[in-house]
Amino acid sequence: MNITKILAIETSCDETSAAVVADGKYILSNVISSQIKFHREFGGVVPEIASRKHIENIVPVVRRALMEARCDFEDIDAVAVTQGPGLVGALLVGLSFGKAAAYALNVPLIGVNHLVGHIYAGFLTGEEVNFPLISLVVSGGHTSIIYIKNHGDFEILGQTRDDAAGEVFDKVARAMGLGYPGGPEIEKLARKGDAQRIKFPRAWLEEGSYDFSFSGLKSAVLNYLHNAKQRKEEVSFEDTAAAFQEAVVDVLVEKTIRAASEKEVDTILLVGGVAANQRLREEMASSADKKGLKLIVPPPILCTDNAAMIACAAYYQLKMGNCSDLFLNAEADLQL
Amino acid sequence: MHVLAVNSATGVASVAVVNEEKVVSEFFLNTSKTHSERLMPLIHELLKYSDLELSNLDAFAVAIGPGSFTGLRIGLATVKGLAFFTQKPVVGVSTLDGLAANLPYAGGLICPVIYSKNNEVYSAIYINSAGGLERISPYLALSPKELVLLLEQFDGRKITFLGDAIYMFSEDLLEKLGSGLRIAPKEHRMPKASTIGCLGIEKLKKGQVDKLETLVPFYIRASAAEEKRKKGRV
Ligand SMILES: [Zn+2]
Repeated sequence: MNITKILAIETSCDETSAAVVADGKYILSNVISSQIKFHREFGGVVPEIASRKHIENIVPVVRRALMEARCDFEDIDAVAVTQGPGLVGALLVGLSFGKAAAYALNVPLIGVNHLVGHIYAGFLTGEEVNFPLISLVVSGGHTSIIYIKNHGDFEILGQTRDDAAGEVFDKVARAMGLGYPGGPEIEKLARKGDAQRIKFPRAWLEEGSYDFSFSGLKSAVLNYLHNAKQRKEEVSFEDTAAAFQEAVVDVLVEKTIRAASEKEVDTILLVGGVAANQRLREEMASSADKKGLKLIVPPPILCTDNAAMIACAAYYQLKMGNCSDLFLNAEADLQL
Repeated sequence: MHVLAVNSATGVASVAVVNEEKVVSEFFLNTSKTHSERLMPLIHELLKYSDLELSNLDAFAVAIGPGSFTGLRIGLATVKGLAFFTQKPVVGVSTLDGLAANLPYAGGLICPVIYSKNNEVYSAIYINSAGGLERISPYLALSPKELVLLLEQFDGRKITFLGDAIYMFSEDLLEKLGSGLRIAPKEHRMPKASTIGCLGIEKLKKGQVDKLETLVPFYIRASAAEEKRKKGRV
């Protein structure tokens, strides 16, 4: 029996990652080199620094991915790279390396959309994934509800009109003087807080809309903090974090569940960096359960940016003959 | 010894194959398409027309900087990918050394200038001596005005400018350098891959191979964010 091994490279933001995945299912290696410590002091990802770190990391990370997978060069059947969306300078490092790799190995090159990669993390959980399904992709760069009828057949039902959910977590965290990235910090505080004591608005937008908007919520939290400071009132950061997190989670869960009902799917796939948020997982799970929907959430390591998900998406593209040529270019705002 | 050389440090995309005897083949594209789109196709076509396979090559040479940060990384990431998967040595060559080597018999000073951001240029000063081209200044990032001030100290010497940043020097500024100033003709003005390849072979013969893992572009500048922090503005 023939096993297809794909080497994938992901450098769309601040993680340099390489992975080898067999048959789109078995993760032989998934090496992730995080640059967070280099960006933290700037309060966010600095694109030029990310690109510089990628060119330093790329060879060691790929070498380790091959070693951990016990793969020789001739075992690799295809090379996959993230084409976009993402930081263009960062994408270009992985993309250029990957193109050269595919050429040198004389194997197919597969350019993968980063969002599609996040979705396919769901196929690496070992659980059976049945179409059609609704996926919520929620991260520092994206907040999208996607209707997926089959492999390669995606329809965006809604997405954020301003900040991505992860971005709002970062901004609110910064306003409270917490570190970067903000998601885990807010979550930690929120666990000790009362989510009901402060009321923050939820932007449902027009009737039936699956779009998101978090700028109003962000302003409300910033105003709340600012006003309290003006009045020299003691602010409970725990309660603020909990109330803010609850407002984000409420909207994400309600719209996702509603999309699943309208499209009459049985499965919800929750992916992306923010899917690592425990509160979001709990709420989505209990709401899905009430509706008799199956919820698939990859483990946190597959929710964050990683190359295994890119390899998995590439496997299905390869099967459909959807490969790239040497002219492949990075696209900062590549559409689905 | 066949060396594949890549120079994507500026707007020019150039790839070449050189050996000890000759420049075997070379592409030079001073057009506006992006490097990431055309670099690998160019390498593929060049090898094809040269009747060579990647396996026939002995090493890779790459213009390591200074130059466009993104251009440098596209070239280096490509060469790293090729070198890693063919397990062949790689050598980085200064973009300015490569550019100065366009003018091997020019008398006086040779002054390559490469476009940098913030109204500055990357440069270094060279002379042709008995032993070949010799660099007599550090690698510099400075304003055109500062460079002219520096060159004025070499009173009375002939000076030849070349590179993609020539247009950044106003007539007024160039007049300060007097009648000894020349601008290299178009066909010798821009960075090429063949000079990188030839300098690369010299380095390889001296055993100056770079380590694939740690080879990074020669940026000269820190990232804007880091420079800002250094100045205490963050
Ligand atoms: Zn992502």
